[in-house]
Amino acid sequence: MKGVAVVIVLIALAALPLFAGTFYINLASQILIAAIFALSLNLLVGYGGLTSLGHASFLGFAAYAAAWTSTRLGYDWLTAAALSIAATTLMAAIFGLISLRATGLGFLMITLALSQVLWGLAYRWASLTNGDNGLTVPARPTPFDIPLDSAEAYYWFTLAVFAISLALMAVFASSAFGSTLKGTRDQPRRMRALGYNVWLIRWITFVYAGFWGGVAGLLYVYYNKYIHPTALSITTSAEGLLGVIAGGSGTLGGPVIGAGLLVLLRNWASAYIERWNMLLGFIFLFIVLVMPEGIVPGLQRIFARGRARKV
Amino acid sequence: MTQAPALELIEVCKYFGGIPATQNVSLSVSQGERRLIMGPNGAGKTTLFNQITGDLKPTSGRIRFFGRNITNMSAHRRAHLGMSRTYQIITLFPKDTLEHNVALGLLALRGLRWNMFKPLALEESMRQEAHRILDLVGLRELAKARLSEIAYGQKRRVEIAMALAQKPRLLLLDEPLAGLSSEERAGIKQLIASIPRETTVVMIEHDMDTALDLAETITLLHYGKVIVDGTRDAVVADARTREVYLG
Repeated sequence: MKGVAVVIVLIALAALPLFAGTFYINLASQILIAAIFALSLNLLVGYGGLTSLGHASFLGFAAYAAAWTSTRLGYDWLTAAALSIAATTLMAAIFGLISLRATGLGFLMITLALSQVLWGLAYRWASLTNGDNGLTVPARPTPFDIPLDSAEAYYWFTLAVFAISLALMAVFASSAFGSTLKGTRDQPRRMRALGYNVWLIRWITFVYAGFWGGVAGLLYVYYNKYIHPTALSITTSAEGLLGVIAGGSGTLGGPVIGAGLLVLLRNWASAYIERWNMLLGFIFLFIVLVMPEGIVPGLQRIFARGRARKV
Repeated sequence: MTQAPALELIEVCKYFGGIPATQNVSLSVSQGERRLIMGPNGAGKTTLFNQITGDLKPTSGRIRFFGRNITNMSAHRRAHLGMSRTYQIITLFPKDTLEHNVALGLLALRGLRWNMFKPLALEESMRQEAHRILDLVGLRELAKARLSEIAYGQKRRVEIAMALAQKPRLLLLDEPLAGLSSEERAGIKQLIASIPRETTVVMIEHDMDTALDLAETITLLHYGKVIVDGTRDAVVADARTREVYLG
């Protein structure tokens, strides 16, 4: 039932360019990229109970790596993308070793500190990153010789990657490994006594989340054909986290909805309301007060109550 | 007989700051034995358990498990050698079903636990095994119920089911009867008595009426020290036992 609904939504999304203008197609692409980013962060926050405030590291690093290898080293897009993802995953492995010395607030602070280091490097190491001017990517990829220059083509490409990531996250959440990860979130001590290597489970999750953060970063840099240090800033990390929490951490739909809401507010509402940050504040205040568990679980609860009343 | 003891503690000490929780505790539990560890509140019983399972590192002393020195081994590796425990304060997964709780116990010792690309629901044989174990503790009908929905006494059974699922060589029960009615106690007692002899059982319990029936040997702890250690009847008859409990 649920699977059928998801497929219908995906088909509807695929049909979007047939009736929407370029502005909305691009907006939708941005939402999908933000959704993949939020889904990857949700692996840590939602299923692992590990709140990271440095997830922009992976998005930003992958984007810079792809831009740098293709412009400075002159690699084709496929090599650049593969190198970028490999390097980002490796970096996640190292960042995981450092961050997972702690949990809770300590973990949050270490992830934040590491991402701030990268952000500082992006700004100051100008010979490598071109500093505040950022790096430009000359062209979008051409998978199977299909050019992705048009808004529609890139949207479909992003949608395909999004569908794959969503499917893999769904399987992850219901898999044996996903179950053990949730176990380490709820009862780490019991899990240890049962024979689970809690640290290793968290570390693998960290690396996997880093990988998907890198995927989002690649889509991001090819969408913009440009990368600037702000992609590595705390704002990017915080928006991802806000999306996960607002939408409902530990669910699949939650991070997608939350990320979509944020992108809509930033790109669409800001055109009409100058102080759109204030609107953002009010919306989050509303979410926290009415459905503190997030939009998706909150709506489920409200609908379930409504249904129970009818019976 | 050159069979190594299932569990051997040699001069195990644990200090919290300068305060001793266990002092020079030495004891030996043979394979298949039913051992009761008793003592007043604060005697160091649970602290001792936590050192055996690896939750706490002893300040000094050694712990051997079937002849193997495990003093510095991590808790999760001890489980793979065949050590399982239950908790005095129920430590289960309230949002999950009983079936899932037991499955987590089964999964812990299987390579499948690393698989992130296949839904766990497709593992039919593991589900059946979980149901078989729930049947053992009389909770099969509640397999699909969430743990948070069942009664306290039933949760105590799930604690034991989760440990039994691992077919442990050594089972450590930390107050398995805590907070139960006399009727429920009888049920748990029967359950513990039915555990096969391949499993050595070490139990902490306050309820003497029930626990004495299950125990073959008793270690009495007081202020972190072993006061009396021996067969059930000898320990019960010992004057020092009365002193600790009545004096």
